Amino acid sequence: MAPLNRDDVAKVAQLALLNLDDDEIDRFTGQLAAVLDRAAELEAFDIADVPRTAHPYPLVNVFRADVAEESDDVRAEALAAAPEAEDGQYRVPPALGEEP
Amino acid sequence: MSTTDAPVTTTEPSVLPDGWELVVGLEVHAELATETKMFSPARNTFGGEPNTNVHPVCLGLPGTLPVVNAKAVELSIRIGLALNCTVQRCVWARKNYFYPDMPKDYQISQYEEALNVDGWLALASGSTIRIERAHMEEDTGKSTHMGASGRIHDAGYSLVDYNRAGVPLIEIVSKPDLRGPEQAKEYVEELRAILVAIGASDGKMEEGSLRVDANVSVRPTGADELRTRCEIKNVNSLRSLGRAITYEARRHVELYGAGERPIQETRHWDEEGGRTRSGRSKEEAEDYRYFPDPDLVDIDPSPGWIEEIRASLPALPQARRAALIEVGAGAEAAAIAVERQLDGLAVAAIEAGADAERVLTHVANNLAVDGAESLDAGQFADLVRMEMSGALTATQAKQVLADMVESGRDPATIAADRGFEAMDSSELETMLDEIIAANADEWSRFCEGENKLQGFFTGQIMKATKGQADGKVIAQLLAAKKNA
Amino acid sequence: MSQTEGLGPVHDIAAAVRAGERSAVEVLDEHLARIDARESELHTFNHVMADEARAAASALDEAVAAGADVGPLAGVPVALKDNMCTRGTATTCSSKILDGWVPPYNATVVERLAAAGAVIVGKTNLDEFAMGSSTENSAFGPTRNPHDPSRVPGGSSGGSAAAVAAEFAPLSFGSDTGGSIRQPAALCGVVGVKPTYGAVSRYGLIAFASSLDQIGPFSHSVADAALALSVVGGPDPRDSTSIPEPLPDLIGSLGEGVEGLRIGLIDELSGGALDGFEPAVLDRTTAAADALTAAGAKVDTVSIPSTVAGLSAYYMIAPAEASSNLARYDGVRYGLRHDGPNTASMMAASRTAGFGDEVKRRIMLGTYALSAGYWDAFYGRAQRVRTVMIREFDAAYADFDALISPTSPCVAFPLGAKADPMTMYLNDVCTIPSNLTGQPAISVPYGADDAGLPIGVQVLAPLRGEATMFRVAQALENARRSEEEA
Repeated sequence: MAPLNRDDVAKVAQLALLNLDDDEIDRFTGQLAAVLDRAAELEAFDIADVPRTAHPYPLVNVFRADVAEESDDVRAEALAAAPEAEDGQYRVPPALGEEP
Repeated sequence: MSTTDAPVTTTEPSVLPDGWELVVGLEVHAELATETKMFSPARNTFGGEPNTNVHPVCLGLPGTLPVVNAKAVELSIRIGLALNCTVQRCVWARKNYFYPDMPKDYQISQYEEALNVDGWLALASGSTIRIERAHMEEDTGKSTHMGASGRIHDAGYSLVDYNRAGVPLIEIVSKPDLRGPEQAKEYVEELRAILVAIGASDGKMEEGSLRVDANVSVRPTGADELRTRCEIKNVNSLRSLGRAITYEARRHVELYGAGERPIQETRHWDEEGGRTRSGRSKEEAEDYRYFPDPDLVDIDPSPGWIEEIRASLPALPQARRAALIEVGAGAEAAAIAVERQLDGLAVAAIEAGADAERVLTHVANNLAVDGAESLDAGQFADLVRMEMSGALTATQAKQVLADMVESGRDPATIAADRGFEAMDSSELETMLDEIIAANADEWSRFCEGENKLQGFFTGQIMKATKGQADGKVIAQLLAAKKNA
Repeated sequence: MSQTEGLGPVHDIAAAVRAGERSAVEVLDEHLARIDARESELHTFNHVMADEARAAASALDEAVAAGADVGPLAGVPVALKDNMCTRGTATTCSSKILDGWVPPYNATVVERLAAAGAVIVGKTNLDEFAMGSSTENSAFGPTRNPHDPSRVPGGSSGGSAAAVAAEFAPLSFGSDTGGSIRQPAALCGVVGVKPTYGAVSRYGLIAFASSLDQIGPFSHSVADAALALSVVGGPDPRDSTSIPEPLPDLIGSLGEGVEGLRIGLIDELSGGALDGFEPAVLDRTTAAADALTAAGAKVDTVSIPSTVAGLSAYYMIAPAEASSNLARYDGVRYGLRHDGPNTASMMAASRTAGFGDEVKRRIMLGTYALSAGYWDAFYGRAQRVRTVMIREFDAAYADFDALISPTSPCVAFPLGAKADPMTMYLNDVCTIPSNLTGQPAISVPYGADDAGLPIGVQVLAPLRGEATMFRVAQALENARRSEEEA
């Protein structure tokens, strides 16, 4: 695995919608590389036939009944927290480009 | 039925120049007919004031957690079974990308392991389209772009409504087995009919509860290869689907003809311009960083549950059309009857002795009304028998039928109430003589061969009888007088 | 009072309030007075809910007077880590991005505490979004250790640990993703519990890493912690990962002792494989093993080799989940917004201004671990190593009823001493394995170093093994008391 470089960090920051200046990119590159270097120890495990664990407690088929639960207060309180709202909707600056 | 080498054919005329073949796969998103959303107890209803069908969970508020709607799973399994899929253990995955319509900035979907895989759908025209997968996911909210022209590129700002956010969806992905725009439309219509028949979705394209994306490519006729495909989005009707596929395929053929090649991308159908447009390509390819959603556990449907659902499935459109064809219906009439959900009534009426053609004509022309499905099949058969025997004219039969749907009364009573009794021909003959006398010029021209005047005389008699005369009897009388 | 004598202040207060011997308001005022005296020095709270608490305490006293059963935590002042949603009261995660955000709903634990008669006194400070081991990463300034205010309380639930240590509340709750309850409990000299994953509902806990996060209590005694967990734990239909079976009885078996129990001392986490353990910490761990032997347990060392790599697996999995969990802070629906000419630039400006460096680091690390081309090497591999670790622990539990180790390799350190992220991450080396396996663990105070700084010993148990875990912890508490009395 090639070591982490500045371009990788810049690309990841862009994916995560974080704006970094050059100094921050330098600093984060070093710090993240240290974690990734240590993570090389994971390569020592023989995991060819080992499944992944996504949940530490094994459960399946957890469902809820198809029954509505509504509260006007909750809706109003949620909307009241919006940085900007208009006519009961959340207002944002214009989109750039097409929908994903 | 083999699910791997299904024969793919279409008899529709090619929209491409000789030597080229269309290759289309469709991704159909259907909203599931549940009371509440996929992971949130907010209502799943179309329309409504913005941000009223919301709850902390589907607003993605910090700390909230998704819990799967059991009904959505059941409906999805119904869909899987109706599409002959294998229903299997599946994993919820997060698809990560930033988008203001998506409250958590990730969409919960199924990625590596989908609920339904490896199915197929048989079309009325005879081909079989393989289904790759049908997986569950959640819908996004909707932005309204405000600004001078209301178009996305020069909008001043956007308003976001999360009523639709989290509505349960099934995404049905076909293999690239479709070979023409008409076949693609037929596939969507058939799929829609199935979803409606099994109660899984209302299938309304106009309300966006059924949405279609098309993966389009072309190749030299008979080739095995799959060339670069483009995904066409924003197709809002079946007509648009056909137009978009045709446009895009021709664009590919032209590119190849010019020594170029299409690039794999998402394109948007521009209905007004009649063309597809490139989605502004991102600086870099999307990287959705799928991973298993740690907030949700797997669905592992037991064989018992699957069989219970299978047993509860109604007859599917294909089988219902076949049942009608069995009792004498033509393919098209059978398709219409099934689409109108009147095939059961038609079969019962025909089995009760009514003339099949006449039954299906009524279904196609006179029963596109609310309440038609609750018509009594025996009474419907009686009506058709009265009509065939000449006791009622076609026009009278239509009126009686409308009354039957509305009142539930039997046809004989209605006909008697309305004074519908077939006129005997001597009465008609007297009437015709009077009309001839009053229109001597027209009559002589008619006798000299001006056949279009047949309509004039028929109309006069209908007028005089207030529409109660039988058209067939009038024609016979006119012919007899003319040749006399 | 006699029935609860020695069980801890939570038991004492609840019994007195239920019996009408003390009023909830009087209990509250006593604690608010302590907060007034020392809070400005320690900064344990982001928000003290004095008015709400007084109203709740008065209502409770009226209910007692009316003869109502006011619940097992009647009148007990409780502090909550400020990442648990409280309807009508700001919940910030100690982040600028959520500064001032008022949730329109309550976390399940908040509902259960209220129903049990607890009086919520405030929201405690934490490392931003629970990412850290010192509570220095708070956007609102660090919390200080009540035993030595020049030192950190540990983290990320440092505010909750310090609030109990300073007797601002006899009970508090934190969340533990990689040790965020147990490590500050050890550094502050209190009991801290990370229950089995799924034992306590996460509904309303603002997520850091969803497959690792668990809510648990801080208290002065093991019995108080067991009671608190009994109140907030158990199935919750709002959390799909909530264990559907009720919690086992945690109180009844506390006094059963450890006679005949087989207890393993994890070699790798007790100086056998990793550097950086302070000698006093290892000494006290050995002393704990000896005390358990003296109490009748059979204690042996046990090797669990994968624990050495736990840190690396954790620093792939937790950031990966966090990168997705924290995507929603985009300036659209709540929290901080910094405007931009279009949606994407507004989102980026808001996130850049709203998140601190540690949060940004982990979001980037997680984004990288999940990105195309690296997924298998980092995230995927870490999830497989997680499986290896679960198998190794399962094998150990075939031979042992419970395991012990130090909670933290070191005692409370001075503020600013661990500025390098990797140095800070190493604090969690003993606690991380239980989060990866989902198994319960508790930190029990077990003495101090020469400077008087508290040291904690960790007791680990298999999934849903809380009853055994508390029994062993109680035995250690008894041994420590005897030692102190001697």
